[in-house]
Amino acid sequence: MTEVLLHVENLHVSVADTPIIQGISLEIKRGEIHAIMGRNGSGKSTLANVIMGHPAYEVTSGTIHYKGQNIDDMEVFERARAGMFLSFQYPASIPGVQVGTFLRKSVASVREEAPSPREFRQELNEAMKQLDMDRSFLSRYVNDGFSGGEKKRLEILQMLLLQPDLALLDETDSGLDIDALRIVADGINAVAKETGCLIITHYQRLLDLVKPNVVHVLIDGKIVESGGPELAIKLEKEGYDWADALV
Amino acid sequence: MTQDAQDAVGDYKYGFHDPEDATIRFDKGLSEQVVRDISELKGEPEWMTDIRVKAYHHFMEREMPTWGNCDSLAGINFDNVTYFLRSSDKTEKDWDDVPDDIKRTFDRLGIPEAEQKWLGGVTAQYESEAVYHSIREDLEEQGVLFLDMDSGLKEHPEIIKKYFGTVVPHTDNKFSALNTAVWSGGSFIYVPKGVHVEMPVQAYFRINAKNMGQFERTLIIADEGSSIHYVEGCTAPTYSTDSLHSAVVELIAMEGAKIRYSTIQNWSANVYNLVTKRGVAHKNATVEWVDGNIGSKLTMKYPAVLLKGEGAHAEVISVAYAGEGQHQDAGAKVHHLAPNTTSNILSKSISKNGGRSSYRGMLQVTPKASGCRSKVVCDALMLDEDSRSDTYPTMEIGNSTADLEHEASVSKVSGDQLFYLMSRGHTEEEAMGMIVNGFFEPFTRELPMEYAVELNRLLELEMEGSIG
Repeated sequence: MTEVLLHVENLHVSVADTPIIQGISLEIKRGEIHAIMGRNGSGKSTLANVIMGHPAYEVTSGTIHYKGQNIDDMEVFERARAGMFLSFQYPASIPGVQVGTFLRKSVASVREEAPSPREFRQELNEAMKQLDMDRSFLSRYVNDGFSGGEKKRLEILQMLLLQPDLALLDETDSGLDIDALRIVADGINAVAKETGCLIITHYQRLLDLVKPNVVHVLIDGKIVESGGPELAIKLEKEGYDWADALV
Repeated sequence: MTQDAQDAVGDYKYGFHDPEDATIRFDKGLSEQVVRDISELKGEPEWMTDIRVKAYHHFMEREMPTWGNCDSLAGINFDNVTYFLRSSDKTEKDWDDVPDDIKRTFDRLGIPEAEQKWLGGVTAQYESEAVYHSIREDLEEQGVLFLDMDSGLKEHPEIIKKYFGTVVPHTDNKFSALNTAVWSGGSFIYVPKGVHVEMPVQAYFRINAKNMGQFERTLIIADEGSSIHYVEGCTAPTYSTDSLHSAVVELIAMEGAKIRYSTIQNWSANVYNLVTKRGVAHKNATVEWVDGNIGSKLTMKYPAVLLKGEGAHAEVISVAYAGEGQHQDAGAKVHHLAPNTTSNILSKSISKNGGRSSYRGMLQVTPKASGCRSKVVCDALMLDEDSRSDTYPTMEIGNSTADLEHEASVSKVSGDQLFYLMSRGHTEEEAMGMIVNGFFEPFTRELPMEYAVELNRLLELEMEGSIG
């Protein structure tokens, strides 16, 4: 039986006492790609952030299990070390910290056994080549002065290096031109077999390149419809109005 | 170490101390006789004794400074300071000859190792005087003089007489007067015309005794077209009573010369660090201060450059870290006295656990200094709500052709940055350490690699156990 990585049960989440997520249930197995689609403010990013453990989000009821374990008490860094990864919609910049140093330190902290400098260099070279990234990236400061597309590429580079079991991709497709989108999609597809993916997106265009097993439609903090890839196509054509009726 | 002592020392790993086996120790307190005794003990020429005595009287009459965090100076009890303490009878040229206790201290501080690997020369001062001194032979052959100041005065009195007190006169401020009266140790360097000293030379200052006053005096002269990089480090044991460090540093860069003076100040949190540092840059010369302040209870230090010759350049890059109970009152003073002179000032400060850091700057352009350019950037980073950061820039611009830029920013570590780094497997402390090191990076990259690594490690240590 395929391993269940993420099991979310009747989850309710508030930010500053305002309810955002109001009863979500979801199960992702290894090798599955789930897409969550919805309008701005429907609670998509909140879901990704709360799974990763963002301190501003409060779970008011319901549970999140990761690899069979309730993760309510796990710190953010512990979740990362347990194999969870969040590709940020708006990654923070860390001035003065070089990308190369940051990647090396992150890999060392997340993996049980840190690769030797030589192994690390080799992995890094391959991953950067795969994402068509120039080596000059490594000496720049993390996300500092990066364009939207550069930031997203760096997120995917981190995903390739950190080799997560569960990847949460929060609007990774926004701000990318079509070539960059294809490269990022290739990156996701490269890890998808061994990973559980939760892709959060507005648009269907990424889902043309990364085939989801399940698409969920999120409205006002609730999943109102789940289905196959055809659901994404329907949303693209018809918008969300039809789904409002399902609330 | 007892638990209480360990608690007091905290994360400060240089807080250990040796037994105080002084060969000569003066009684606490200051008088004209103490000043004369120091001079006599050192066998100094009469003119130096006269300067000391004159400076002593000026010190007694002089008011406390008014520039800086002057209220905090009231905590200094000048009668409770030991003004001179000799711990070894001579300055050794071989580490093996240094008394064991003292040698162990410097071993723990990694000094002999650093010397072997990458330094052009080393002087190690323990309490009032240098206990060890060496310089690479090739530098000596090129005519480079690098001695402790006491030996410098003995062997090259004519040079010292010519330059001593010309950049920082004893009348400059109360603490320069005190230093001039009781100075002991420090470095004397002369670099001949056209000689480039490629490897940095280092001085290491260690206070060991309680209530000690350390008053080293440094004079560096780079003759025409020469260059040198001087590095100093400082530590002291952690005691519950205060010690006083009051140095005077004078730099003279002749035409086309370049002096870089780097400091990593890591005194324990019971040391008052009141230092007057000033350099003169003649025509097309460069004086650079790279000044890192991590330790001490109160630091008041504003490295200064007098741009005296046309085309001279000043660079002052400083960082300050103020933790609990610390005030880092630091900054820079640049005086554009000649045409087409340029200066860059970059100041970065971090305050944490109620610490206070201030940038206090002076930028002066005199009427005859046309075509000057200056850029001042001050960035402060606050790690919590209890800490404090202030900026006190002063500008006196007497020439309308001056091209001046001033930028200042105060920022806080954002929750987004912490969450981002923690989502990559870093604990909150590690994340904070990365952000802090990143913030100081423009400073750290100016240091020799060995110092940069050490500084980053130090800052990471400061972040440990500090997040509730």
